[in-house]
Amino acid sequence: MYLWLDERLGITSIAALAKKKEVPLHRHSVWYYFGGMTLFLFSVQVVTGILLLLYYRPSAEAAFESVQFIITEVQFGWLIRSVHSWSANLLILTLFIHMFSVYFMSAYRAPREITWVSGVLLLFICLGFGFSGYLLPWNQTSFFATKVGTEIAGVVPLIGRPVLTFLRGGTEVTGATLTRFYGFHVAVLPAVATVLLGIHVLLVQMHGMSVPPGLDAGKVKKMKFVPNFALRDLIGWILAVGVLAALAAIFPWELGEKADAFASAPAGIKPEWYFLFMFETLKYLPAKILFIDGEVLGILAFGLGGLFWVLVPFLNRTPGQGTRKRVFNIIGIVIVLFIVVMTIVGFLS
Amino acid sequence: MPIRDPFWRVTRDVANVMDTQPPVNASRRRFLDYLLGSSAVATLAAIFYPIFKFMVPPEVVEAQQNSVVAAKNAELPSNTGKIFKFGSKPGIVIRTETGEVKAFSASCTHLDCIVQYDPGSKQIVCACHNGKFDLTGKNVAGPPPRPLEEFTVNVKGDDITVTRA
Amino acid sequence: MARNRNIGTQTNRRGSCAPAPAKWQPGLIVRYRRHAVFVLSMVSIVAAVYFLTISDRASAQETNSCIACHSTLAGRLSDPVKLFEVDIHRSKGLSCSDCHGGNPAKSDVAGAKDPNYGYVARPTAQQIPAFCGKCHSDAGLMKKFNPSLRVDQVQEYATSVHGTRLKGGDQKVATCVSCHGVHGIRAPVDPLSSVHALNVAETCGKCHGNAEHMAGYNIAHDQYDKYKSSVHAAALYQKNDLSAPTCNDCHGNHGAAPPGVTSVANVCGQCHARQAELFQKSPHKQPFDLMERGECLRCHSNHDIMPPTDQMAGVGPGSTCTSCHSNDAGFAAAERIGNGLSSVNAKIADAKDILERAERAGMEVSRPRFELRDASDGLTQARVLIHSASADELEKALGPALEVATKSYNAGEGAFGELTYRRKGLGVSLIFILFLALLVYLKIRQIESSPPPAET
Repeated sequence: MYLWLDERLGITSIAALAKKKEVPLHRHSVWYYFGGMTLFLFSVQVVTGILLLLYYRPSAEAAFESVQFIITEVQFGWLIRSVHSWSANLLILTLFIHMFSVYFMSAYRAPREITWVSGVLLLFICLGFGFSGYLLPWNQTSFFATKVGTEIAGVVPLIGRPVLTFLRGGTEVTGATLTRFYGFHVAVLPAVATVLLGIHVLLVQMHGMSVPPGLDAGKVKKMKFVPNFALRDLIGWILAVGVLAALAAIFPWELGEKADAFASAPAGIKPEWYFLFMFETLKYLPAKILFIDGEVLGILAFGLGGLFWVLVPFLNRTPGQGTRKRVFNIIGIVIVLFIVVMTIVGFLS
Repeated sequence: MPIRDPFWRVTRDVANVMDTQPPVNASRRRFLDYLLGSSAVATLAAIFYPIFKFMVPPEVVEAQQNSVVAAKNAELPSNTGKIFKFGSKPGIVIRTETGEVKAFSASCTHLDCIVQYDPGSKQIVCACHNGKFDLTGKNVAGPPPRPLEEFTVNVKGDDITVTRA
Repeated sequence: MARNRNIGTQTNRRGSCAPAPAKWQPGLIVRYRRHAVFVLSMVSIVAAVYFLTISDRASAQETNSCIACHSTLAGRLSDPVKLFEVDIHRSKGLSCSDCHGGNPAKSDVAGAKDPNYGYVARPTAQQIPAFCGKCHSDAGLMKKFNPSLRVDQVQEYATSVHGTRLKGGDQKVATCVSCHGVHGIRAPVDPLSSVHALNVAETCGKCHGNAEHMAGYNIAHDQYDKYKSSVHAAALYQKNDLSAPTCNDCHGNHGAAPPGVTSVANVCGQCHARQAELFQKSPHKQPFDLMERGECLRCHSNHDIMPPTDQMAGVGPGSTCTSCHSNDAGFAAAERIGNGLSSVNAKIADAKDILERAERAGMEVSRPRFELRDASDGLTQARVLIHSASADELEKALGPALEVATKSYNAGEGAFGELTYRRKGLGVSLIFILFLALLVYLKIRQIESSPPPAET
């Protein structure tokens, strides 16, 4: 059987490559788990997402009721839906950890620049997944969160209004927005993500695991990926399944009330935690700085920040060398602290 | 026995270890493999079981909301009305003397009591404070301040289907 | 011009045009005296007319001496002018003389208040209904101003307690002006009118709530206070429900009289039709009327009507049934009614409680919640059926309500059952998962404890 498949698919050569893959061992090797964990959670999302779309209806009249139907009538619907919502959050969390660990270990340095760029683009894609998916249950919180979020996008000078109209499918958040977001969430973003993920993972296999600067890649101790590291990875994934099941059963994801465009926004409306730091920052900016709207300035600043983040490997060409490394380390720490602090502020207020 | 690092700290150079431990004997390894295999299968089954159950459609096939079969033709003789559930609100479907079928929200616009059809006066009345609505839903007498919301009616075969406008 | 004027240049004998020696010339005014007189008299006529007309503050087309004079008088005497500004009669083009008679064209008192012109200074209380009725009972006349207005107010008033007492000589009773005002009368739909729905109770209460005024009559004077505490007042003043009754809705306005004790149900039944109908068919109607118990108000009182409670039925404390019934069939019926109501109430409360707890625990229970509404509706129906005084009828309505409430309660229990099932399921699957993780760990240890195979 194996021989038959091997003749046609070339399994043996792939297996040989896999056998060669090694994982360097050092103080910071634990961070190597997070890339795989992110990938695992992403595949959980794909599976549960496909299951959900067997019953979900992307129209303003039926969306809320279809989700209600899933969690009350469909067998284990509550489980699939809560896992999907919880796993989305865990996915973003591990993604951030993975990204920052790569940053601080300067794993983006040559020849892995494209890996980094594809990774940052994947970050934006995943945030897009989160934003578009959040609207789909069509409840009060998601309706108003989308309203506020797209409003903020519309504030950008010049391209803001066109972008807002494009996102909303009109000038207001309506059923058209829902259908559009559904299209983004199940077709556009998955297609782009597949391509980027393919590139990202293939490049990782091609270049192998990066080693922190200061260590000699040749001399450092290594562990075989198959079976040693892979089995350890597997334990992590098995435990992740357990965590997701527990979260779904003990803290089921809320359904809320159906969206009513004419009701006032719920008090204290705020976006999901992974957008919270940006939201809070915009809130605290003064109304006008010089002659520019504070909000516009904030958004442009975040835009510039994103651009900086994408270009890090090109800005920090020779990390591991003295002051530049320190500068980038400090920048990184400041960014992490900023995100953490503003997120906490967002929760407390 | 040599001291081992905790397994999650991958500092141990596993590829080059030279342990003084004797090799695990074959039967223990086989037992572990067997246990591992069967428990893996069991866990996978525990994961795939809900997935497959999920894909089997439930008995109540649809969340009926915007469109409801309010009544069967036979249940609604001329000059009568019937209350039905429309999503989370009550509705009333009426067959007039001329044979027309009309449907309205059955929540009285005064204080939300459920209205009923009065075949004698051919009006929709609210028993709570004597409010009256005519067959266009307009409030014609008593305290109700607004007309009743009217729904679209479709008679398909034996079913009277009411749709929210 | 003067220069050109030939005023005295004489061609002298010498024949030259040299100016003659200056002759005395009269001054400008003297010269133009005729012009000056003409202009001055014109100006004074215009001024006179102007000053005469602006003194009429009501800006009538013609001068109205009533208003012209009374607006300058002090104190009470100028009140009519001030009040009349907002009067509805004024907006219809009527004025003082249309009611009081007299001649507004004459500016002297005798001429203005000329009895030949039908002048009536201040009608006595007895005269007022006819005074107003002069117009308001004339259908042909009223048609010109407001065709939909009734013209039988005076007729109705004659049948009222106020009207009959007035005819008997009682000056203290209310007449037209007591409620509608005198000179500043507004339309009843005007929110500032003393007879607007929101102001009626206060207007009636001015007399009926005044102990001094009501001394000597054999009626209470606490109706206004009681009414203000009632559920109807709450609906009217707080919920702004203008369909809620005030004094005139039950007592009538022009024909104001308390409804007879045998017709109370008819009055209340104007809005509470179902309850009145049931009462009139019930075994209570006849004995209540015979004993002059006042039908509805026996249990609900008349002015201080409170929201009814389930305790008013039944046989417990607060029951109105036990005020007559003690050991008879009525008592038994009341007991059944009370028990039926309290058991459904309790079941609904239990169901609401368990569903809320289930929701807080994370379960989706909006459908059983909605279905519970049916039970509350059934309870409302049953409460109406109390007026039939028939325990059988009530139980017919309460039966389905109890079933629905029980079903919702069971749904709540089911939700908790589902929750427990989920947690148990989680426990079991966690055992599997952790066991598997342990086994993988052991496998790792096993792999890594054996010497590595020879590398090629």
